[in-house]
Amino acid sequence: MKPSTKFALGSVAIVAVVSLLMVEGVKQTGTYFLTPSQLVAKAAQDPSLHDIGVKVSAKVVQGSIKRDPAAQRVDFTISDGTRSFPVTYTGLVPDTFTDKNEIEVVAEGKFGRDGTFHATVLVAKCGSRYEAQWDEMAKNKTT
Amino acid sequence: MTYLGQFALWAAVLVGAWGAALAFFGKWEERPALATAITRSSYALCAALLVAAVALWKGIFTHDFNIEYVAAYTSRNLPEYYLISAFWAGQKGSLLFWAVVLSIFGALAQALTSQRFKAMLPYVAGIVNIVAIFFVMVMLFGGANPFERLAFTPPDGRGLNPQLQNPGMIIHPPMLYLGYISLTIPFAFAMAALLAKQLDAGWIVAMRKWALTSWLFLSVGITIGMWWAYVELGWGGVWAWDPVENASLLPWLTLTAFLHSVMIQEKRGMLKRWNMGLIVGTFLLTIFGTFITRSGVIASVHSFTQSAVGYFFLGFLMVAAILSFTLLYTRWPLLQPEAQLESMVSREGAFLYNNLALVGIAFSVLWGTLFPILSEAVRGTKITVGPPFFNKVNIPLGIFLLFLTGVGPLIAWRKASAANLRRQFIAPLLGGIVALGALLASGLRSPWALMSLSVSAFALVTVIQEFARGIRARMTMHAEGAPVALMRLVARNRRRYGGYVVHVAIMVYFVAFTGLAFSTKTTVDLQPGQTASLKSAYGHTWTFTHLGVSQYEALNRRVSAATLEVAKDGVKMGTIKSEKRQHVDSFGNPTFEPSTEVGIRSDLLEDVYVVYAGSPDGTERASFSLLINPLVSWFWIGGGILVFGGLLTMWPGGPQVKTARQRASIQAGYTVPLAGVAE
Repeated sequence: MKPSTKFALGSVAIVAVVSLLMVEGVKQTGTYFLTPSQLVAKAAQDPSLHDIGVKVSAKVVQGSIKRDPAAQRVDFTISDGTRSFPVTYTGLVPDTFTDKNEIEVVAEGKFGRDGTFHATVLVAKCGSRYEAQWDEMAKNKTT
Repeated sequence: MTYLGQFALWAAVLVGAWGAALAFFGKWEERPALATAITRSSYALCAALLVAAVALWKGIFTHDFNIEYVAAYTSRNLPEYYLISAFWAGQKGSLLFWAVVLSIFGALAQALTSQRFKAMLPYVAGIVNIVAIFFVMVMLFGGANPFERLAFTPPDGRGLNPQLQNPGMIIHPPMLYLGYISLTIPFAFAMAALLAKQLDAGWIVAMRKWALTSWLFLSVGITIGMWWAYVELGWGGVWAWDPVENASLLPWLTLTAFLHSVMIQEKRGMLKRWNMGLIVGTFLLTIFGTFITRSGVIASVHSFTQSAVGYFFLGFLMVAAILSFTLLYTRWPLLQPEAQLESMVSREGAFLYNNLALVGIAFSVLWGTLFPILSEAVRGTKITVGPPFFNKVNIPLGIFLLFLTGVGPLIAWRKASAANLRRQFIAPLLGGIVALGALLASGLRSPWALMSLSVSAFALVTVIQEFARGIRARMTMHAEGAPVALMRLVARNRRRYGGYVVHVAIMVYFVAFTGLAFSTKTTVDLQPGQTASLKSAYGHTWTFTHLGVSQYEALNRRVSAATLEVAKDGVKMGTIKSEKRQHVDSFGNPTFEPSTEVGIRSDLLEDVYVVYAGSPDGTERASFSLLINPLVSWFWIGGGILVFGGLLTMWPGGPQVKTARQRASIQAGYTVPLAGVAE
């Protein structure tokens, strides 16, 4: 066998291993990333979705956050405007997770059959924009 | 000053476009004066952008809050050194920073490149000018002009995001930017070589130090980014496989592949097409990274404000890809290899597999990063893959690569004989086996950790063996003492031994990553005086006693600090303090959300990492996240070794070069044959 053929075979082997690892990786670790409407619709179609981990991205309904510091637990409601459901999370919440302004969160966990989302990971994004602040500042200045 | 800044931006566009037009359409080959004019357009572009930079800095330092950018990212009470970094803290300023630095690099490339390559320089100027004015155009037409003024003057600025108020943040973004930006120069040389049809190894010689510089900046930028994430973000890890992190890793991977494969082109005249493809791909990945970071198409914790600017980059990415690959295609026949692969068991073979593994890793990282978009486009539902995916794919490939790190430098060129293999690999293999035995005896059972650590030991012994043989050869040939022999050995072969030092740094990173996999964690809620405990991976029991929460005001923030007394197996090890900070403007109004400063006690074996998560109002009861992370210090030590090795490789000077043949062999890094191998 010519060395270049051998090398080609070796390359094919490497590419095959990489592809296999990637396909398996996606199969085993891929997670649905959904909005509340999509999640509710999908779960109604396919109840097995309640048993696997999913990610959901939505806004926290302002005023819905209830904290239980002793149990390190928070309960709140998330919504995408059309669908909403309660979320319960146990653990330390990020600094940006507050009721002061409307925030967006990405919660990872299981959507229980009781309609409550049991989050194991909670990431909060601050939704406030600079532009809004400038308008506010300008207003304060004129009054 | 904003008028001056605006004017400077327009001047930069005009002079840059003029230079580029001359470079591509002015027949400068026959007219040296024209070629000089093109070079000067690079200098003029640089001068104009420097003026713009000075104008923005003036606005920042004089607190001219009428400038939107200054008001958005600084405030009166911001410490001065953060005023410097405010320049690149936001989208608009960072675009200007990018353009300025690129124009400086472009000017340096014109000034420092040897006259031997003057047939390429006008094209290099043309390419750099185009990339630089693209950035300026984004500022002028993409709604990202840092000199924009507000309709009113706020009394104080909004201040800098507290997470960016960290010394690492002064260094980390510019380092990564410098890495990204300097990659334009090797790309420009590659394009210039294609345009001028100068397709020997000349362009590689001309741009090699630029590629190394860029690699070094990227490595340092990524490492400092890891450090920043570790001390600032409070989740206790250094790498989260976040899209933006991946975006910085991608060009690093392909550039690493390129730095290895060009050695084969220099030495054997092979892989010419592959090298061109790699450098074009690497450049495109930097633009892709910029697109990811700035467009917000993929959800990431690192966010610039989402804006249309991203789409300028997407457009630029496509145009650059089409033009450069078309050019490569038209020159394809000129890029014939001068030699064929003779055996798989050879250095060429090892380097080829190293390249495949690096590109394979890069591809899987790209795939995982884009997977949410791809799955949504193909199947209509967004599916994300997280750290488990990247770890699953990259740990085996990474260990394979680490193995090649040991093999590559020792195996013979062309075709390795059985004798060569025996001679080179017996000691390293023994080293690996001894390490494996020792780890098993110490009770380690995780297969990946065992492999990672024993392969690291194997690769480390190869480097030690190389140094030892080189030193011994000098000691016998030149009758030198060991320290002198070491100094001269390295000084005469900087590229080779610098490269080995960098390899050691990579092994240290592997060890540190392996250690981090054994991190232990708990979250607790403590009243003052109460104690919690946590076992470390080594089996030690650490106890944490809550001493209380104190509140005080600092320069631009109100601080609540919780202090824990820590003890290891009952022996007191001091206290660790973690803070909650509420930043305020100069009128005492809160700005931003509260942020957390973690407390870390670090030694060579493990880090104790404390995150104070807050107290119910008015009490000293506190929630904590407690982590014990083994071997984290070794990331920073590895970073230091890497910088040292990188600088060693690039340090100017070296042995006197008289003939072209000598030059070629030194540049390839192989002037000293392996001791004892017949020459």
